[in-house]
Amino acid sequence: MAIFVDDTTKVVYQGLTGSQGRFHGMRNRAYGTQVVAGTNPKKAGTDVEGVPIFGSVQEAVDATGATASCVFIPAPGVADAVIEAAEAGIGFVVVITEGVPAHDEAVFFNRLKRDFPATRLLGPNCPGIISPGKCNIGITPGEIALGGGPVGIVSRSGTLTYQALHELTQLGIGQTTCVGIGGDPVPGTSFVDCLEAFEADPDTRAVVMIGEIGGSAEEEAAAFIASSMSKPVVACIAGVTAPPGKKMGHAGAIVSGGKGTAEAKIEALQAAGCRLAKNPTEIGPLMAEVVATL
Amino acid sequence: MDLFEYQGKQFFARYGIPVSPGEAVETVDDAVAAAGRLGYPVVVKAQVQVGGRGKAGGIKLAGSTDEAREHASAILGMDIKGHVVRTLWIERASDIEAEYYASFTLDRSAKMHLGMLSAKGGVDIEEVAATDPDAIARIHVDPADGLSEEAARRWVEAAALDPRATEGAVAILRSLYTAYTEGDADLVEINPLILTPEGSVHALDAKVTLDENAAFRHEEWAEYEATQVMDERERMAREKGLNYIGLDGTVGIIGNGAGLVMATLDVVSQVGGTAANFLDVGGGAGADLLANAIEVINADQNVRAIFINIFGGITRCDEVATGIVEAVERVDLASPLVVRLDGTNAEEGRRILADNASDHVLTEPTMLAAARRAVELAGA
Repeated sequence: MAIFVDDTTKVVYQGLTGSQGRFHGMRNRAYGTQVVAGTNPKKAGTDVEGVPIFGSVQEAVDATGATASCVFIPAPGVADAVIEAAEAGIGFVVVITEGVPAHDEAVFFNRLKRDFPATRLLGPNCPGIISPGKCNIGITPGEIALGGGPVGIVSRSGTLTYQALHELTQLGIGQTTCVGIGGDPVPGTSFVDCLEAFEADPDTRAVVMIGEIGGSAEEEAAAFIASSMSKPVVACIAGVTAPPGKKMGHAGAIVSGGKGTAEAKIEALQAAGCRLAKNPTEIGPLMAEVVATL
Repeated sequence: MDLFEYQGKQFFARYGIPVSPGEAVETVDDAVAAAGRLGYPVVVKAQVQVGGRGKAGGIKLAGSTDEAREHASAILGMDIKGHVVRTLWIERASDIEAEYYASFTLDRSAKMHLGMLSAKGGVDIEEVAATDPDAIARIHVDPADGLSEEAARRWVEAAALDPRATEGAVAILRSLYTAYTEGDADLVEINPLILTPEGSVHALDAKVTLDENAAFRHEEWAEYEATQVMDERERMAREKGLNYIGLDGTVGIIGNGAGLVMATLDVVSQVGGTAANFLDVGGGAGADLLANAIEVINADQNVRAIFINIFGGITRCDEVATGIVEAVERVDLASPLVVRLDGTNAEEGRRILADNASDHVLTEPTMLAAARRAVELAGA
C-alpha cells in the first residue's frame, strides 16, 4: 500500500505545455505514472508527446477520468488553477510552483477547506509525491527511490527529501510513499496529515520526517507522534546554524522572536520518542537500525 | 522586505489609515524646512529598521527652528545598533491621550490571519504578551471570508479601549486588514495607535513587512526596493537574481533548495568549519545562474573554499556542471571549488566535470565528504 497516490491515480498536468511541466510530466510518465492529460486554454486539441491537451481541467476530467492534478504554471496563476482543479472534482492537487504569494495560499487553503473538503492540496513550493514503483507526481527523480516499503518519508524541504530517499535506497531500505509538503507558510498538507496517513497504512512500518526552522509544524508533529503514533520515527531538522531574523530561502524558514528554532524542534521531537539525525546523511544508518528491529 | 517607518506610513495612507502629516528628508536644512511647513512642535524621527531607536536617542521633540536643527544634526549619521541613520521623518507632534497596539500577521498553525489589539500600546508587545497576555485581544480572521465590521467591533470591545476610540478603531482596523491583504504584507503593525484628547484615532508608527513573492502585482514597490538595506555582497547577489544571505565564515556555500542549503551550513559547522553565506540557486537553476552564483561568492574576500552541493530534482545536474565549467572559464577563481552532484542527470553532470577537469574543481561523492574537503581547504 501507499498513501495518497498509487498505480490507479490518473494525473492531469496544469501547465504541461511549459518547459518545466513538459520535462517533468514526461519524466513522470516514463516512470510509470498515468499521465492522462494536460491543460492549456490556448493549446486545446493539441498534444504533448501523445498526451492530449484540454482547454480546462473539467474537460480533461470528463474525457480521461483524471483523479489528481499537478500544477506547474507560474505563480500569478496558481490560485485560479487550484480552485479550477477543485471545481472539476479533482481529489488531490499537487502544486510544484514556487513563489506563490502567502495571501493567495491563505485564501485558497481556506476556500478548499470550506467549499471543497474532498480535495487534498499538496504544496505549493513542494517537490511532489512518489509512491515508488507506482506513481510519481512532481519533480522527484524517480530513480533514487526504491519500492516495497517499509519506510514512509515526509519532508518540508525538496532537496532534503531526495537526500533522504537516496540514503535509504543506497542501504536497500524501500519506501512506501515519500511526500514533500513544501516550505511555504501555508502548506496544503501538513506533517500531521502525513503522519496520520502513514500510521494508518499497514505497509508503512517506520517514518522519516525532515523539518526545518520556522513556524511550529514540527512541534505539532511531535505532539501527534507522542499521542497517536505507534510506529518509530527518525527525524532531522535543518537550520541549526541559521541566524535569527534571516529568511533562509523558503518563505517559512525564519527564526523570529525566539520562535521556530531548530533547538526547540529537536527537543520536542526527542521528547516525543523520535530518533534525531544530526544531518541528512545520518538518516540512512539510523533508519537501518530501526528497520532491523521491526 | 521591511519598510522604513515613513514608507509604512505612506503605505497606510494609501489604504485610508490616518497618519500624522510628515515629510522624509535626508539633510539638516531639508529637515528644518519641512518642520517649518508642518508647524511646530514637530517630532524628528530616525529612519532605521531596528527596534529601540527611541531609547537610543533617535526620536526627539522640537519646539523651534533651533531645536529642529539641533536634533536633525545629532540624529543624522547616528549609529543605532549598527544601522546608520540616513533619513529622518519629520512629523507634526500629536497630543496623546492613550496609546494602543494593533497588528495583523499570519498564524501559521491556525492557517488563518491573526489580529492583535491591546490597550497597552507604545511598549514592546512581546513584553506585554509575556507579562500580561490577557491585555491582548486576539482575533482569527478566515482569509476566505475577511474581517466584517461586526467582528471588528466585537474585537475592539474585547480589547477594552477608551469608548471614545471605538468608532475610529473599528474603521482603522478594517482598513489595516485591507492594507495587509490587498497590500500583500506579511506583517502590519501600528505601535502606538493613539487616541488624541479630541477623540480622534490615528497611527503614530508603522511597521510593514511585504511579501516579496507578490512583487509581480505591485509595481509601486520599486521605490522600496531601491532603499533596501543590504551589504554589498547581498546587493550584487540580488541583482543577479540569487537568494543570498551573507554570513561571517570562510566556506562559501552554493546549493539548490533552502532545506539543503541550511543542512549544508549545519554540516560545515559540524565538521569544524564556518559558512560564509547562504546561497540557494533554487529549483531549475541553469548554467548561467550557477556561473553568477560562483561569481558572487568569489567576490567575497573572506572565502577560502567554495562548496557546491546540488541534489537534482527540477535542477538538472548536467546544467549545473555546465555552469561550473563556464564559471571557471569566465571568473578568475580565488578559491577551490568542491562539488557534490546527485539526482537528476547526475552521471552526465559528473562526466562533464571530469571532461573539463581543472585543479580548481574537485568532486566528492557525499555531502559529508565534500564538507570535510571544503573545510580542510579553507584551512579552518
